[in-house]
Amino acid sequence: MKRPQGGDWIIHLFFAWLEYYLSYYAQFFDKEMLVVQNLNYTSDATVLFQRLSVIVTDMVFIIGVVACCQNIKRTKESKEILEKPDFILAVLLLCNFGILIVDHIHFQYNGFLFGMLFLSIVKMFKGRPVDSALIFTILMNFKHIFIYVAPAYGIYLLRSYCIAENKPDGSVQWRSFNFLRFNVLAFIVCAVFAVSFGPFIVMGQLSQVLARLFPFQRGLSHAYWAPNFWAQYNGADKVLSIIGVKLQLLAPANISNASMTGGLVQKYRHAVLPSVSPLATLVCTLLSITPALCNIWLKPRGPRGFLQCLILCALGSFMFGWHVHEKAILISILPLSLFAVENRNDAGTYLILATTGHLSLFPLIFTVPELPIKLCLMLFFTVYSFSALHALFRNEGTLLNWSECIYLSGLIPLEVICEIIYPHTRWHERFPFVPLMFLSVYCSLGITYAWIKLYISVLREPTLVKKLKVI
Amino acid sequence: MEISSMVALVLMVSFTVRWAVSLNSYSGAGKPPMYGDYEAQRHWQEITFNLPIDEWYFNTSNNDLEYWGLDYPPFTAYHSLLCAYVAELIDPEWIALFTSQGYESDKHKLFMRSTVVVADITVYVPAILYYVHLCEGPWATKVSFLLCALLYPGLILIDHGHFQYNCISLGLILWGVLGLLNDRVFLGSVAFCMALNYKQMELYHAPPFFCYLLGSCLRNLKNGGLKQLLKITLVVLISFACCWLPFLTSFQQCLQVIRRIFPVDRGLFEDKVGNVWCSLSVILKVKEILSQQTQIWLSFAATLLTILPTCVKLTIDPTIKGFKFSLINCSLAFFLFSFQVHEKSILLAAIPVLLILHELPFMATWFLLVSTFSMLPLLLKDGLLLPYICTSLAFLLVTTYLLSAFVKVSVEDLQLQRWSTYIPQLPRVAKSAFRVSVIAMATLSLISVALNPPSRLPHLFSVLVSLFSCIHFLMFLMYFNILHLWEPVVQRQLWKVK
Repeated sequence: MKRPQGGDWIIHLFFAWLEYYLSYYAQFFDKEMLVVQNLNYTSDATVLFQRLSVIVTDMVFIIGVVACCQNIKRTKESKEILEKPDFILAVLLLCNFGILIVDHIHFQYNGFLFGMLFLSIVKMFKGRPVDSALIFTILMNFKHIFIYVAPAYGIYLLRSYCIAENKPDGSVQWRSFNFLRFNVLAFIVCAVFAVSFGPFIVMGQLSQVLARLFPFQRGLSHAYWAPNFWAQYNGADKVLSIIGVKLQLLAPANISNASMTGGLVQKYRHAVLPSVSPLATLVCTLLSITPALCNIWLKPRGPRGFLQCLILCALGSFMFGWHVHEKAILISILPLSLFAVENRNDAGTYLILATTGHLSLFPLIFTVPELPIKLCLMLFFTVYSFSALHALFRNEGTLLNWSECIYLSGLIPLEVICEIIYPHTRWHERFPFVPLMFLSVYCSLGITYAWIKLYISVLREPTLVKKLKVI
Repeated sequence: MEISSMVALVLMVSFTVRWAVSLNSYSGAGKPPMYGDYEAQRHWQEITFNLPIDEWYFNTSNNDLEYWGLDYPPFTAYHSLLCAYVAELIDPEWIALFTSQGYESDKHKLFMRSTVVVADITVYVPAILYYVHLCEGPWATKVSFLLCALLYPGLILIDHGHFQYNCISLGLILWGVLGLLNDRVFLGSVAFCMALNYKQMELYHAPPFFCYLLGSCLRNLKNGGLKQLLKITLVVLISFACCWLPFLTSFQQCLQVIRRIFPVDRGLFEDKVGNVWCSLSVILKVKEILSQQTQIWLSFAATLLTILPTCVKLTIDPTIKGFKFSLINCSLAFFLFSFQVHEKSILLAAIPVLLILHELPFMATWFLLVSTFSMLPLLLKDGLLLPYICTSLAFLLVTTYLLSAFVKVSVEDLQLQRWSTYIPQLPRVAKSAFRVSVIAMATLSLISVALNPPSRLPHLFSVLVSLFSCIHFLMFLMYFNILHLWEPVVQRQLWKVK
């Protein structure tokens, strides 16, 4: 089990109840793990119990994946099971490198949460938006990181569910706004939040809970920069500050000593570029997701458009959010898998996003004995995703162009240098976080590129004016 | 999907499983004063690096043979020396004379595990890969076969868990088999000699090699068979000479090495092992009734009688299929009746069974599961319960789904067409027996872990495991012997006149 530096853990509300439920079973494995004072307690029985609990809760993930596979478009029928889209999707989801590393090694319960997300998405595709909203609200109360994609739900449900009919040209018919449906949705959301926050409001602990859920004192970037826009911003700031010092335009004393890459979780002031506040990141995030939201409002394309918007919201929030964890990239990668097995363009985008996103997760597993496992699992997933998707779209041409291939090939020497060569050089003692910085910035280029490519393809899609059929 | 991608994926999965198992505990971890096989291997690196070659096998003030003295042939010693050179580059403390005894650290464990993985990747895995490549059948079956073969739990748990280098000797034997498969008789013989000089237990495989080569030469007497036989003999002698060169300086050296690798004064068996003598001693205390000499002669006679039919058949009819069966029969016979057998020696029978996994998936899977189960007491002692459960379940799953092990149970699939009249409803009987067997193995595994044995019978569970295994192995011995002995004789020339 890996602990974040800084010591305190964020607790998510329904998660608190899940852990409470698990603790009943934990006592049969090792009573000592339940003693509150035993921080950082570890024993074989404890580890076994924790790992088993992840595997058991992964049942929800499997159910979600099965539901997805049953609902994808079957345009390509192949006799060979290995080339069937639903089989490929199942492998891409169940053997997803990110989930395996983060859940089963690093230790979290993301599989279970993504299972709920998939169930929610599938319900939306099956034309059951109320169920979908309910599952999503519960999911948000398990882990509030899913608030990244809440705007997609909100706007889509408002446009396609509350507004029951469209004018013949596809625009909004305000008269058909169904107040009953709106009230049902509002009630569901409020009820779930009431159940989740209720006990803490009654005990007068709401401010404490909110402070724990949204720790804004933690700084723009995590100890290891998530590969988002701010990584590039930080990187540019560092480069400019070094140039500034060399050209004697800046006094070295002005540069903050506490380097953002020092591995500590704290607030940081930029040296050259303007500092970024939480409000600024919120504004940037909202600006980045607005085109996608406007798109499903003005040109509704049914559940498919909703899913595209969901992925774009997740990516936008990842790119510009405050204190984003690199694990958040999984919220974009996993849903994009559903499109990857459907059409060629999305398959290409998926390959870039998944490969760079997964490589950016490498620093989570940092001990030498685990290095071969993470390399092997990464290679396994990458080889599989490339060869399976290439085989699926064999007749439609290549998935990636030359520049994309060159960029992705650059990941290999980057990883070799960062993980294998650099630790043995003399700079490793003085600048231990330089390879992480390079990894983060390089991956952020790929993720930004994938994000823009996806945005362009979504904005270019025509409106689906006829009745939406269930996929 | 392309074959190369599938093969790459299979290799990555098998490598991941191996490395994941190696993250677990090893033999004798944290158990002074003797520790276990891991310490023995480290000690051999220490001995071979620091002492001159003529002291390796002798009891001297620098080399206490009581503390894990070298008891494998010279090739093991050379391999330990090679590892020692690498160890010296990283941290000389690991192999410092005397002071490194019982040395344990995370970094050292990483190094030792890496040496096993490197040995596996360079010797064993390429042999399996090449063998599967030579098999006939659609590529999907071949890739499935490759996955199942590489996921065999027994070898992974012993090499990467308990800690040994069986992959080298077993890999070399496979190269020997491949040499004979490709009619490269000399290369095959050299590979076999290298295997034998790595671990003397490879003598279990010697009769089949000898009988096959003898049979082929006799069959081709008119076409220079005798010349071939002489050439093979010469090649074998030269290989042995090359390997034993440093020890051929004096007769004492040779004798001492032989004394170390064949410890005849150690008794009929040690610990609980699934062979006949150990099982017999439950009712009849063989070790106490008979004298040492009688025990040796009894085990010699029993082993010889058991391997005779299969060897004679192979000499008369040297086919590759017969050769594979003979490898199984001889190694299994040696395991069951030989002297001073260790439970790990079942691997010598398991690897030949792997070679026919795709031809007889049902029986081979059953045998391989039982062979892993028979080593359960050893695995429990090493703290390898979790890898044992995971790898055994994974193996059962892949063989059942990919090779249809549970489906191919018809009389034709079991190659028992001649005997179908004697055993009615053979497929049904076989399936039921398999189910009962698997349930029994799961139950015994659970009991061994969860319950404490009664105080009067502290070894109850290991004895039950070895009895269970012994009964199964006797059944398999009968089955594979029947298959080999009733194989129709083919009259054909084995190689063209050059």
